[in-house]
Amino acid sequence: MHASISRIGLALFLLYTLLYGGFVLLNVFWPKSMEATPIAGVNLAILYGFGLIGAAFVMALIYGVASRPAPPSREQL
Amino acid sequence: MIHSGSWLAVLVFLAIVGFTLGLSYLLGKQARSSAGYFAAHGQIPWFVNGVAFAGDYLSAASFLGICGMIAFHGYDGFLYSIGYLAGWIVALFVVAEPMKRLGKFTFADALNARFESPGIKRAVGVSTLAVSVFYLIPQMVGAGVLVQPLLGLSHWIGVLMVGAVVIFIVVSAGMVSTTWVQFIKGSLLVFFSTVMTVLILQRGFTVDPSPPQPQTITTTAEGQVLINGLPKGVGPGEATLQPVGSIARLPGGETSTGPLGPIAFLRTLQDSEIVLWRGATTKGDDGSTTTTFSPKVTPGSQVLRPGESPKFKGIRSENWFDKLNFLSLMLALFCGTASLPHILIRYYTVKDEAAARKSTIVGIGCIGFFYVLTLYMGLGAMTSGALDVTDENMAAPLLARSLSELLFAIISAIAFTTVLGTVSGLILASAGAVAHDLIGSIPGVQLTDGQQVRIAKLASVVVGVIAIVLGILFQKLNVTYLVGWAFSVAASANLPALVMLLFWPRTTKQGIIAAVIVGMTSSLAWILLSADTFTQVYGLPAEGAWAPFSQPGIVTIPLGFLTLVVVSLMTKPRQPA
Repeated sequence: MHASISRIGLALFLLYTLLYGGFVLLNVFWPKSMEATPIAGVNLAILYGFGLIGAAFVMALIYGVASRPAPPSREQL
Repeated sequence: MIHSGSWLAVLVFLAIVGFTLGLSYLLGKQARSSAGYFAAHGQIPWFVNGVAFAGDYLSAASFLGICGMIAFHGYDGFLYSIGYLAGWIVALFVVAEPMKRLGKFTFADALNARFESPGIKRAVGVSTLAVSVFYLIPQMVGAGVLVQPLLGLSHWIGVLMVGAVVIFIVVSAGMVSTTWVQFIKGSLLVFFSTVMTVLILQRGFTVDPSPPQPQTITTTAEGQVLINGLPKGVGPGEATLQPVGSIARLPGGETSTGPLGPIAFLRTLQDSEIVLWRGATTKGDDGSTTTTFSPKVTPGSQVLRPGESPKFKGIRSENWFDKLNFLSLMLALFCGTASLPHILIRYYTVKDEAAARKSTIVGIGCIGFFYVLTLYMGLGAMTSGALDVTDENMAAPLLARSLSELLFAIISAIAFTTVLGTVSGLILASAGAVAHDLIGSIPGVQLTDGQQVRIAKLASVVVGVIAIVLGILFQKLNVTYLVGWAFSVAASANLPALVMLLFWPRTTKQGIIAAVIVGMTSSLAWILLSADTFTQVYGLPAEGAWAPFSQPGIVTIPLGFLTLVVVSLMTKPRQPA
């Protein structure tokens, strides 16, 4: 695996861990915050949960695109 | 409820199971060698493998357990969906490509790639068996649950049927057929769950004007079951439990909403009042036991917030141990996916690291989409008027029955193949651990290719029989909760060794062996000494439990890392003078 790809993977992993950790800690220490309905009358617990699931897929796609082998340069052709 | 069989359901069920068995028989020819049997020759296309990941991972716990938990307790079941999906981030960014690069047939291969140590193979082989058997229990419980409404048969017959079919699949064709069974099951599960969600949204909500009445189940000292004081049955002078699950009030005093969009569905429920059911058990002087199920009108805003179910009440508790229990579970779900042996061996079925990465991305897409649907299916079941108060594991099939008999038949058959797919993967992982890791590491034992496959098939039969027995014994436990424990054991035993091997060059073989053994034994011991096991398995009071809270991960996962670091530092190779 190319070093820069590893760095992207690690950065995305840390970002997601922060998002997930934030969700868990909010639930444990500020459970009332999950009852707020900031968008479209849907509470934060559901919005954050959907957000985590969506973020996982988006980050996976970013990683997949970033990991594609580079097209051969003109010298290599 | 007393479940009656449905001919349509039986026909669809037999067609899908028959197709699965036929496929296994046809693909059996491709699994004569160990490379074919354990790893499908590494020739599975990445897209098929990705959907098979979903088929492997979306087990009875996901489909039956989460839907049931949401249907009975609201949002809390969705916390499992979030945690299960988050674990795939660890799998993609940390584990996928190294697993493919380092391993061959089993998880032990990857950990042992640098050391060639029989000790690592034995330790990891035992941990693979322990995790797989732990994970098998809820799958088999789920199998028994499914057969009751589908065929009108007893729980134990369902467990026996799944056990027999899975043993046939695994023994006949190994990883090739297992992969295709999981691919078909994963595709069908996601597709028909989408259909069910669309139908739920189309149906919307309707207020049930009749006030719900409490229901009682009494088991007399002689073992007779009475429903509301009458013998259980459908004849004259007999009674059955009534289906439950209703809306008491809709916003604006409406009686029916008509079709709703995905956001409007959640918003409407948030502003409604729902009838939930709570059971309380009392013991009579005559030796009888009576459980009274009482309706409780609950605001939707309360149903859709975390911390309402008994298992997650710690979120709102002032007790620190309760909060730690929740943190521990969420940590185990995050770390556990990338440590499950039956998931890890799927990385060997594709040709290279890029295919491993791409198949994980496909898996995340399918699994994530399904988990979004679980919230709608669970809430749909909660308001379907079709639930059985005695068994929350049945919520998804009963929801399907409330929508259409044909959908019920299809969903039940798919749920059955859900169990088949996951159990096949687990038994195959166990068989590989026995044949390749444990017996293959005995000094002086040199197995030929054919002998390895034969031993793996024999091991499949033994593990399958163990799974059948445990599935019958643990009938009453929520399948999702059991899976939570399996994740804790997997994360504690396997993840520290795998992560440190990849990222810490000073890791030694002794460190890996010690981390696997300490992680596995400490998490198992913690579970066996926890309050939940005391009350639900031993039938003892919770106060007698030794572990301060039930989920071990927050203690035993760091313990695994610490053990590996300390032992590796103590056993580091001497530098040449």
